[in-house]
Amino acid sequence: MSLSADVPVAPPRVNLRALGLLALLAVAVLVVPVIASPYVIEAILLPFLALSLAGLGLNLLTGYGGQVSLGSAAFMAVGAFAAYNFQLRLGVSLPLAIVLAAATAAAIGVVFGLPSLRLRGFYLAVSTLAAQFFVQWALTKFSWFSNDSASGVVAAPRLTVASLDLDAPQGRYLFALTLVVGITFLVHRIVGSRAGVNLIAVRDDETAAKVIGVPVLRTKLVAFAISSAIIGVAGVIWAYAYLRTVEPAGFNLDRSFQVLFIIIIGGLATIRGAFLGAALIVVFPLLLARTSSFAFEGLVDAGVLKLVERVVLGLVIILFLIAEPNGLSAILGRATARLRAVLRRG
Amino acid sequence: MMDSPELLFAVEVAVGGLLSGVMYALVAIGFVLIYKTSGVLNFAQGAMVLFAALTFVSLVERQVPFWAAIAVTLVIMAGLGFAIERTVLRPLSNRSPMTLFMATLGLSYVIEGAAQLIWGTQVHRLDLGVSNAPFEVGGIFISTFDLVAAAIAAAMVSVLTLFFRYTRTGLSFRAVADDTFAAIAVGLRLGRIQGTVWTAAGVVALVAGLLWGARLGVQFSLSLVVLKALPVLVLGGFDSIVGAIVAGLVIGATEKLAEVYLGPFVGGGIESWFAYAVALVVLLVRPSGLFGKKLVERY
Repeated sequence: MSLSADVPVAPPRVNLRALGLLALLAVAVLVVPVIASPYVIEAILLPFLALSLAGLGLNLLTGYGGQVSLGSAAFMAVGAFAAYNFQLRLGVSLPLAIVLAAATAAAIGVVFGLPSLRLRGFYLAVSTLAAQFFVQWALTKFSWFSNDSASGVVAAPRLTVASLDLDAPQGRYLFALTLVVGITFLVHRIVGSRAGVNLIAVRDDETAAKVIGVPVLRTKLVAFAISSAIIGVAGVIWAYAYLRTVEPAGFNLDRSFQVLFIIIIGGLATIRGAFLGAALIVVFPLLLARTSSFAFEGLVDAGVLKLVERVVLGLVIILFLIAEPNGLSAILGRATARLRAVLRRG
Repeated sequence: MMDSPELLFAVEVAVGGLLSGVMYALVAIGFVLIYKTSGVLNFAQGAMVLFAALTFVSLVERQVPFWAAIAVTLVIMAGLGFAIERTVLRPLSNRSPMTLFMATLGLSYVIEGAAQLIWGTQVHRLDLGVSNAPFEVGGIFISTFDLVAAAIAAAMVSVLTLFFRYTRTGLSFRAVADDTFAAIAVGLRLGRIQGTVWTAAGVVALVAGLLWGARLGVQFSLSLVVLKALPVLVLGGFDSIVGAIVAGLVIGATEKLAEVYLGPFVGGGIESWFAYAVALVVLLVRPSGLFGKKLVERY
């Protein structure tokens, strides 16, 4: 896969980008919780944050590492169920449960990453499906994971950190936002670090990387571990903050594809790509439903709408791959460059 | 020894597995055709199976005679094949195989959605007039339907093999598979060849769709047979028709045996992932599958 990576090379003199990000962050922390309605938070912002984080994790493996994975949802499920069980069985606090869940997802990620040491390309992509089906089977089959609940669906524990009650929509939003921002910063550092450069080197030419002394095996496994850990935390957000139930059903193959689509649409091997792609994936079905109920006044039933959504999503994927393989991120990059040129001239 | 009921039962399970393995191989062959000539792992093959079966069964339900329905469906699949070549493959030529794979992922969403938008989402019964009654051979019960399916699969593989070996078109397929640039340089029309290959894959999809549809009913879940075919493909190697057949048999038999003898210890339902596990174990020893071309370079 030949993709340009946004490895930070040298810090620009006036860091406009950092200022812009800080402003965005300030809005997200201070303004959004005040003005956003519970509907906007629960239907848009929470799934957006969870899927962005999953996309970020997958992008590390697929975009930067060049290893396509079709099993992201499995690692989301591992994260969610691990956090639930650590809290239930060991009585640990939520932050510790999240750390342990990330570690569990990382460990399982390494196990399913082992084939990558031998397999390449499509053979590897198909083998990641093994993770998807095995994890889903195990979580459904062994009711121990869901505390022997009859339906297999358990309510997520109340969201409290220390003595802070985060169970209201605003609280859940800030909880998710904190995790996402923190991990995004970490990923930013990883990508620029030696490990990140190693990963890109392995993606672009494994033999050359080996020759210049990149530890190829370790690099691959570390990528699987970090990527799975991040996707695991995304699963915790998905189950705890967004759905508020822990169940295997939602973490199916379609979810895995959704996460993959997010990074294709957003832009492989970019950090902001995951966010842009997730925004599109979350908002698009809502927009479609709104448009159809507005234009056809409910004459189009939900089943048909779901199919239309599927067709359009597929078309969007193909269109992006053909017309803009670097995704929304590249479009945004061009737009800001043009804006900057206009500002400079004016 | 042969008379012991346990052994007889095991043989019966294995034979049943082998026959269902043929059904897996049937889907896998569609993948192999396209992979051989264009280097694309076509994830949309399952969607094509659904589309073909749904089109056929909807035509039959509208009182179109059997063979006319087959002919019309074939024409539609050919149109689909050439349309895909024009709108998806050609703009993406010279891009990485992974990009093409992801495009077929999008394509599968389009075809699945469109098939159901056109023909509706209800489950259709499909009766091919082949009885499902089991008959006895030396104490083992075998389903007639499975045998007919295996015979059809065998016929299809023979036709494909003869086609690849002895026809001009087949020769040009192999030329493109061998060296695309050289094939273009000697004047082969790549677009037409790829359109034809996708049409051939559409024909295979129709055959697979009819047999699977007769067993499961024609509905959305038919497109999920792709998930049964993928481990078969990985095990057999993406570019070998023989590999697809052998791997189909291996996976079919081990899967059924495992379900019967291993399943009870882990709570059953292991067929969703067991095939992948078998494929992975073999791959750790032979990274290009049993019959796949050995690749030195990476993707």
